[in-house]
Formats: sequence, structure tokens, C-alpha cells
Amino acid sequence: MKRLTISLLLAALFAVTNASAGALDQVMLQLQAQGAQTGDAQQGAAMWEKSFSHNKGPQQRSCSSCHTKNLKNIGKHVKTKKRIEPMAVSVNPERLSKAKKIAKWLKRNCKWTLGRECSAQEKADFLAFIRSQ
Amino acid sequence: MTFRNMKLRHIVSLFTALFLLQACDYSFGDSSYFKRKPGVAPVSNTMYKTECGSCHFAYQPGLLPEQSWHKIMNGLADHFGDNAELDSASQQQILGYLTANSADKSDFRRSKKIMRSLRNKPAPLRISEIRYIKGRHHEIPKRMITGNEKVGSLSHCDACHQKINQGSFREHEVRIPGYGHWDD
Repeated sequence: MKRLTISLLLAALFAVTNASAGALDQVMLQLQAQGAQTGDAQQGAAMWEKSFSHNKGPQQRSCSSCHTKNLKNIGKHVKTKKRIEPMAVSVNPERLSKAKKIAKWLKRNCKWTLGRECSAQEKADFLAFIRSQ
Repeated sequence: MTFRNMKLRHIVSLFTALFLLQACDYSFGDSSYFKRKPGVAPVSNTMYKTECGSCHFAYQPGLLPEQSWHKIMNGLADHFGDNAELDSASQQQILGYLTANSADKSDFRRSKKIMRSLRNKPAPLRISEIRYIKGRHHEIPKRMITGNEKVGSLSHCDACHQKINQGSFREHEVRIPGYGHWDD
């Protein structure tokens, strides 16, 4: 009985600590189902710094506009100046831990920055990059 | 004048004053002016605070009328130049909270004043465009708001209003970054 209890507790602990890793893996699987290859962190890094042109302000936009070039930095909303916690998982373990949140921000921020939704591959590359930081 | 006359006069004055006070209590429409709560109702919905407070201060629903909230929530793809899109379930839930607590539904004093200043005007998109709000800030020099790096615009309420999370916007609570207490 005692062994069973300990095993159950360990299993629960394992499940909880891996829940966040599970969310990202789940998202990656979904992206692969949509046609993406394995996420390429280098491609993600390149896209992160790429500047996209828009007709109305700010006319040049990139991920680093708000999040800065170094994902370990604190970011700042380009208009409201609101503090944005670091994107790097190594500094901010809450990042990439909720599938719904990942989907929401990728949709909004790709649309604002790139002017369109990111493709499944682009999303996978971004996520691979952020995970590696 | 005898002592008896003075006492009667005082009693009459006291009763007149009490009567007038009571009369005032009923003269401001649906709820007694003196019983209205000051400021605006603080934000009480966690989803709203999380979703709509991630890029800017989560403006209390009592700062705008229902129609304004409808306009805003229907235009999240271009939310003042930003993309603030939400999944439709969250969007409906948040809209429900905002419209149930909008300025036109609120008993709080500032909400009432906001609604009074919007009489016969179309529902605004920006809180900072409301005449009542503009009027409360018109004496402040530009260098303290738009020219102030730590503030930037009148929409940045929480930069100066130190008790804003309690729904309070009182002048003596204001601390303008780089300038301190606002002194009229």
C-alpha cells in the first residue's frame, strides 16, 4: 500500500512537472499535422530580427521591436511602453507553458508584425528558437 | 431677544437644514447623490484583467458606455493600431462583463459624470476623448503628459493615478513621473 501511494505520488509529480513541456510538444505536433517540419531555431532567430514594412506606424516592425534582440531582456510594448517579461524560457520558465496562450500570441503578433498569420513552419521555427533561449 | 426665542429659531434652522439635505438626497435621479460610491468600480473580472491588461492598464468598464465597449470588442483585429484578437469564447465573456458594468449601468460617481458629459454625443472609442476626462486634465502642461517619456499620453492613466487599481482618481493621489505631486 505504501509503495503504491509513493508510486502514485511520484507519477503525479512527474505529470505536473512535465505538463508545461507537454504543452509545447502538443503545439509542435499540431504544427507538424499542419505540414511543418521540425522547428529550426536558426530560422526562427533570423525571422526574429527581420524587419517588415507597413503603411501606417510603426512602419518598420520586427519581433525585436517589443521583445528586443536578446530574449533574456525585459521587453517593452512599442506604444504603451508596458513592461513585457523576458521571452527566454531559461529566464522565464512560464513561457511556452500553455498551448492556448502560445496560439493567441502567435496569431496576434504575426498579424501585427508580418501583416499576416505565420505559416505552420514559421511558427515551429519561432517556437524552436524561443525554447532554445 | 429672549432665550426661548433663540432656542426656537435654532430648532427651526436645524429642521430646515435637515429637510433641505433630505430633499437633495432625492433630487439626482435614480440613486441618492450622497450615497453614490466615489470613483469607478474596480475591475472584478480575472479574464478581463489578464487579457486586456497585458499591453496596457485594464481600464475599468465604468469608464465607457456600453456602445463604446461593443465598438472596441468588435474591432480587436485593429485595436488602436495593434492586434488584440481573442478566441470567440473569451471575447464573448469579456464583452458580457464590460457591458454589464459599463458607465451607463454604474452607480459610481465618476461613471455618472462621464455619462452626463456624453449626453447626446456618439459613443467614444477613447476614454481620453470624453469631455469630462479632457476637462479634468486640461490644465496639465503638455510636457508632463505627451512630452513626458514616462507617460506618453492621456491614455496612460496608471502612470500618474497611484490608486487607480482601487478605482480612485483623486487629485491628491496623483504623482506625475519626474514631477511629483500635482499642485493646482
